[in-house]
Amino acid sequence: MKRKSRKCKAKSNLKTVKLGLDPENAIEITDSDNECTEELWTMSYAIVAEGLTKKFGKFLAVDNISFSVQEGEFFGLLGPNGAGKTTIIRMLTGVLKPEVGRIKIDGVDLDKEPLILKERMGVIPEVGTVYLDLTARENLDLFGRYYGLPKKLRDERGERLLRELGLYDRADSLVKNFSKGMRQRISIGCAILHEPKVLLLDEPTEGLDVQSRRMIVEKVKGLNAKGSTIILTTHNIEEASRLCQRVCIIDKGRIVAIDSPEHLRSTLEKLQSVEVSFNRRVDPSLFSAQCISRVEEQGDKLKIFTSNPDEAIEKIMAVKKELVLNIVSLSTVGPTLEDVFVKLTEAHT
Amino acid sequence: MKFSIIFRGAMVTARKDIKIYYKKAPVFIFGLILPTFLFFAFFIGRQLDIARFFPGFLAMTIFFTASSVGPLIIPWEKQSGTFERLLTLPVSIPTLVLGDALAGTLFGILISFIVLLAGVAFLPLSFPIGVLFALPILFLLGNICFAALGVLLSAPAGRVPSNVMMLSTLIRFPLIFISGIFIPIVDLPQMAQTVSFFSPLTYLTDGLNATMGQQSILLLVVDGAVLIGFAVVFLLAASLILKRMALKGL
Repeated sequence: MKRKSRKCKAKSNLKTVKLGLDPENAIEITDSDNECTEELWTMSYAIVAEGLTKKFGKFLAVDNISFSVQEGEFFGLLGPNGAGKTTIIRMLTGVLKPEVGRIKIDGVDLDKEPLILKERMGVIPEVGTVYLDLTARENLDLFGRYYGLPKKLRDERGERLLRELGLYDRADSLVKNFSKGMRQRISIGCAILHEPKVLLLDEPTEGLDVQSRRMIVEKVKGLNAKGSTIILTTHNIEEASRLCQRVCIIDKGRIVAIDSPEHLRSTLEKLQSVEVSFNRRVDPSLFSAQCISRVEEQGDKLKIFTSNPDEAIEKIMAVKKELVLNIVSLSTVGPTLEDVFVKLTEAHT
Repeated sequence: MKFSIIFRGAMVTARKDIKIYYKKAPVFIFGLILPTFLFFAFFIGRQLDIARFFPGFLAMTIFFTASSVGPLIIPWEKQSGTFERLLTLPVSIPTLVLGDALAGTLFGILISFIVLLAGVAFLPLSFPIGVLFALPILFLLGNICFAALGVLLSAPAGRVPSNVMMLSTLIRFPLIFISGIFIPIVDLPQMAQTVSFFSPLTYLTDGLNATMGQQSILLLVVDGAVLIGFAVVFLLAASLILKRMALKGL
């Protein structure tokens, strides 16, 4: 009964997200995947999270969150620090039990068959949490044992992963002597040794050197290309934009929007801009027009925010003609995912 | 299917514990060196029959070794971040408790067996044939019981091992003075005798006394049954507490 009432609320929360730029031009982002119905639960998604709610004392960390992830999809959970991303991942991995809500991964209900479900997924935490007193090879062997892999398979896959992760030369060194990036690489090896159908990554490249970050990103992309469903939590917007087919933006424990990075960008028309540079300084106040929301002076350029770049360029040309200016450069710029993220989380606040 | 996953999880956990944690210094200090010093501190300079007190010493060895590493595993794992990772693997909290207890049991059996062999080699011990069969059973039950106690002590712990060691010392040390190791139960004051029956160590000491021809106060079957009871209670309590406190310190 309790669960049912939360489900209905989830539907109303997620159906529409309005961004308060101004009332008449409010942007509406809808996502039919998030309609939290019994139908969603019974459909064959790789991951279904329904009405997840988690409190710590009086603090509501996650408030009635629902989403579904298609098989083979690369799905991002994006949000500022403290938004509730790690709490969601902890619920998905069975470390935390939600007060309300349910989770199904690869067709298995987490509440009913947690061990079977955990055999089918791999988890990569933020820091390389492997055993420092074991060697890289021993760590892989230990995790392989936990996943019930026979010795021959453990050895074969361990050997292959050590090579792929660039750790073969250090396979028999204790992990305590490894750098942070190397520890994270072996941590990833431990999570994928059993070739899971679903992979959950909690900020896996945070604080790593460029080489390790690239290696990890490539490895994860490769797994996705082979069919693994991936959930990535991150506050690195560029990483989410580059990797994820859809992102779920979370703020203060609630979903602010779910969509593809491109679609999120295109829905925020007001964040489009035209960048123009003239042969001499021009007063930004000359560019007032109905289609222009604001003008920012950025060095020798003017950044003109508009919902209609075509009209904005006409206005620019009119000013140019009137003041007899020469244009040094002119370009239209779409909103970045970062612009979207900031706008969405601002609107939520 | 599920049973096989549980069995596998417990075995892998025990193997991991032995491989990683049983070489660490605190295990040797609190599990071996400390009880040996305690025993010799009690004996040196006193005209006591060591053979008479050997069952008590053996019980104390089992008590300290089997429960030595259990209290430290979970805080160590929480400190290094591997505990949360373990929870994401196909292994439940009761399975982790079983695995940790199994590792403590095996360690306790190994060390106390060496002590028993040394006792047999160097002391005039007698083993009444009629109750000799009970010795390995008591050995096993004692080790399981105290390994479970060790895990129970770690269950409410956060990520600071020294805090657990304080709690562990606070609970373990008083037990050795009321369990018939240094002073036979019958020689204790009445109130201390009553309290002694709440200590699982009393039953192991009493049972080992019986199997080594020393004075015992309870039937062997009672000693064994009570040890089983304590072991079950410790394992269940450890699982329940750890389920509630799993995220403490993470």
